[in-house]
This record gives sequence, structure tokens and C-alpha cells, in this order.
Amino acid sequence: MFYFSMFTQYVGQYMKTRMQYRADMVVELLSDMLFQVTNLVFILVVFGHTQFLSGWNRDEIIFIYGFFLVPYAIFGAFFNIWDFNERYIVKGEMDRILTRPIHSLFQVVLERMELESLFGAITGIVIMGYASIQLGLSFHWFDIILFILFVISGALVYAGIFVSLASIGFWSDARTSLMPMMYNIGNYGRYPVDIYNSVIRFVLTWILPFAFVGVYPAAYFLNKEEWYMYSFLTPVIGVGFFILSVFLWNQGVKRYRGAGN
Amino acid sequence: MDKYIEMIRIRFLMMLAYRTNYYSGILIYSINIGAYYFLWTAIYGGKESIEGLSAVQMTTYVAVSWMARAFYFNNIDREIALEIKEGKVAVELIRPYNYLGMKTMQAFGEGIFRLVFFSIPGMVIVALVFPMEFSTNGITWLLFASSLMFSFIVNTQINLITGMLTFFLFNNDGLMRAKRVIIDLFSGLLLPISFYPVWAQDIMVYFPFQAISYIPSMIFTEGIKGNEVLQAILLQGFWAIVLLLPIQVLWVIAKKRMIIQGG
Repeated sequence: MFYFSMFTQYVGQYMKTRMQYRADMVVELLSDMLFQVTNLVFILVVFGHTQFLSGWNRDEIIFIYGFFLVPYAIFGAFFNIWDFNERYIVKGEMDRILTRPIHSLFQVVLERMELESLFGAITGIVIMGYASIQLGLSFHWFDIILFILFVISGALVYAGIFVSLASIGFWSDARTSLMPMMYNIGNYGRYPVDIYNSVIRFVLTWILPFAFVGVYPAAYFLNKEEWYMYSFLTPVIGVGFFILSVFLWNQGVKRYRGAGN
Repeated sequence: MDKYIEMIRIRFLMMLAYRTNYYSGILIYSINIGAYYFLWTAIYGGKESIEGLSAVQMTTYVAVSWMARAFYFNNIDREIALEIKEGKVAVELIRPYNYLGMKTMQAFGEGIFRLVFFSIPGMVIVALVFPMEFSTNGITWLLFASSLMFSFIVNTQINLITGMLTFFLFNNDGLMRAKRVIIDLFSGLLLPISFYPVWAQDIMVYFPFQAISYIPSMIFTEGIKGNEVLQAILLQGFWAIVLLLPIQVLWVIAKKRMIIQGG
């Protein structure tokens, strides 16, 4: 309960600061949307030249992309801690975090949230809506629950990977470029894994499970029964990776010695 | 002239001091190229060629577009915007050089650095990993080099224009981001222009964006040949000259109505 009220208070403060510069925020939202549309344009243009991509048709690919945007938006809003190392470890800000009464990771998440990312989820849902009308998909009432579950799990996959990477900062404060690299690898999850070779498919499923953010959960809604096993694994992988990353984080915090200045 | 060449040299040396940052950059670009490689292989399926490009040519196209991007890409629009916002541009204006010329030269120094330490080794690495075809014709390479020069010029000119718009808009972060998306999409970096539907191609003819990536990459992969190549390079040259006009106009107006924010 205490965590929840902390959360709402931080959100309130955040809204106040953002609403101060409304024009700036609108421009930012629009340009975010442009970025999301770029990939849609890519898919649309490409399917002007082909009917199927490894057995998936245009609207299915669009649906996967739309789905991907939703967990990605949640991740972007709360776990976008790519600059954790420079901001908190190198500058010694972590000392301050550790004096706060809530869990250190939660405190960092509260300070670094970027709620405007959540608008990406709306874009994603609109894209999915368009694709499902084109495909004539029908949904059951429990699909909504599964959708929410899969979206949260997908976001946890992303969060798990990025929190683990941030934890590396506790062991080595050298500048790493693993974070930007991971954003690019994450993009692999936007397309069906069948287009990759078996090594990359294995990596995307078990090591850096970005396939669980896009194609695997989306396959369930597209009625692709051959992928159902992976679809239902999504929550397991999401929660598993996230717990692992929190464990790594806690171990890292124990090792943290502070940066002298 | 000496001072401009000196500026290229200084920027080059400055970048050289931070060269380790670039090794990971090559890896990031390779990951991107890899994603598109698999995507395009799946798109081709069994097809021999799409719009006159074979699957191998397409892979080469993607790789060379990304590696060329490392050369022509620069952030001078952001640098100019920042200098205007911080008021530093006032000091720049009293210095004995042309401000825009100096910015271009700095960008060029960066470009040469990235060409030598990023594009060329990066291209060698991706060529080892993915199947690609390089022309054995020396003339193609020469034409590619001159076309690449024009890519740099046109891209830099567009950056100068967006950067200078800060004089009028005060805060144009959004515009600069939008420009980036537009260049990614319409320069041919993500998709060859010939893949777009005809109506879209008809519109793009009137914009300078394809001079940035599409033309050099098509020359490199020999997707266009003979006379077409010369026409394409002439088109790039045409844009390089035409774009001088808005730059000059904006610059003159900007100097007149300049307001220094802060100081």
C-alpha cells in the first residue's frame, strides 16, 4: 500500500512537470508516433511485392507489430534505465537512492519514468484493431485477460533484460554499449521467428527472449496453434526473467561501494 | 581555405581520441543489417528478383546503405540548435570565418573519421558474415565515391536548414526528429525507392531525399547502370546547388533578426 501511494505521488509530480511544457510534449508524442509509423510503412511497402513472409501474411505481420508496441510502451514508460550507469553509479547518485525507504530498484523506476511512452500502446492497439478487422479475427471474453497477461509478461521480459544489464554497472563502472545494442536486438522480436536461422531463433527464445514480446504472444490471438505452447510460456518467461534480474540487482546493491568524489 | 582544412583535421583528431566508442557502433550496425538480411531473405522467398534487384544485391544494398550512413550522417543540426539556444552563436558570428562553412567542415572531418574507422572495417566484417556481391569494375567504385560525396553534401545542407530554423522556432527538437524519420524513410535507407508504389515515387521525385542514400547504394549494387548512373549523379549535383538557395536566404534573414537567448 505504501508503495502504491508512493507511485501515485510520483505520477502526480511527473504530470505537473510535463504539463508545464505542453507544446513540447505534443511535439514529442507526434514524433514518437512518426517513428512507430515508419515500421508500418516498411511492412506495407514490402507486402506490395510479396504475399507471404515465411507463411505469415501482411495483416498478421501488422498485428504482431501492433502487439509488440504495447508491452514495449510499458517498458519504455517504466524501465527505460539505459543511462543508469552514468546517472546513478558514476555520479554517486546511488548513495541517495539507498537512503530511501523503498526498494532501490523501485525508487530508480519512479525517478526515471517517462509516462508519455504509454501513448505508444494506443498506437499499437489501433494497429492491432486495424489488422484484426482485416483478418476477421474474433475474440472471446477471456482473451482480454490473456491480452493483459501477455502484455505485462512481454514488458517484464524487456524489463528483466534491461535491469540485468543495468546491474552490470554495480560490478564494472566502465562505459558499456550493451544497452543500445539491446534495443537493436529487441527489434528482432517484431517479426516472426521463422525468418531467422536456428541459432538466432534459439537466442530469441531462451537467452534474450525478445520473441516473447512480439510474435509468440501475438500468435495466440492469430489462432496459430503450432505456436500455442510458446504463447502460454510467455508469462513464465516474463516473470522468470524479471525475478532473475531483481536477484542480480540485489546482489549488485550489496556490492555497491559508492563513488568517491 | 587553410583554416577550414585545419578544422577538418582537428575534428578528425578529436574523434580519434574517442575511437573505442566506435567498435560497438560497428556491432550495432551489423545487428541492424542482420535483421534486414533475414527479413529480406524471407521477403524474397524463392523469387529471383524484385524490381530488378536480386536477393544478394538487396543484402549488399542494405549493408552499403547503413555503412554509407555512417559517413554522411552528422548531428550539426543539433549542434547549431544548441549553440543558438545557449547564445554561443553570437561569439561564433564575430569569428573570422563563415559559421555555416565551419560547421560543414567539422561534419566533414567527422565523416572522414567514420569512413575510415567505421564504414570500411564495418563493410569488411558484414561482407564476411552475409552473402554479398561487390562490383569488380573500378569505374563503378569511382562513381560510387563521387555519389557518396554528394550524399554528404545534400544531407549536410538539409541539416544546416533544420538547424538554422532554430533561429525562428527557438525550440525545434520535434522538427529535427521528424526530419530524421523522413530521411530514414524517403532517402532509401530502409527501402529502395523503386519498391514504393508508383504514386509515392512520383511524389518523392520532387524532394532531395533520394539523393542521400538511394542513388549511391543503387550505384554500388549496380542496380542502375550506364547512362542512368550519370543522370542520377547529375540529379544529386542539381540538388546540391538548389539547396544553397534556401540556406543563403535563411542565413541572411536569421542574422538580421537574431535574438540571443540568455548569454
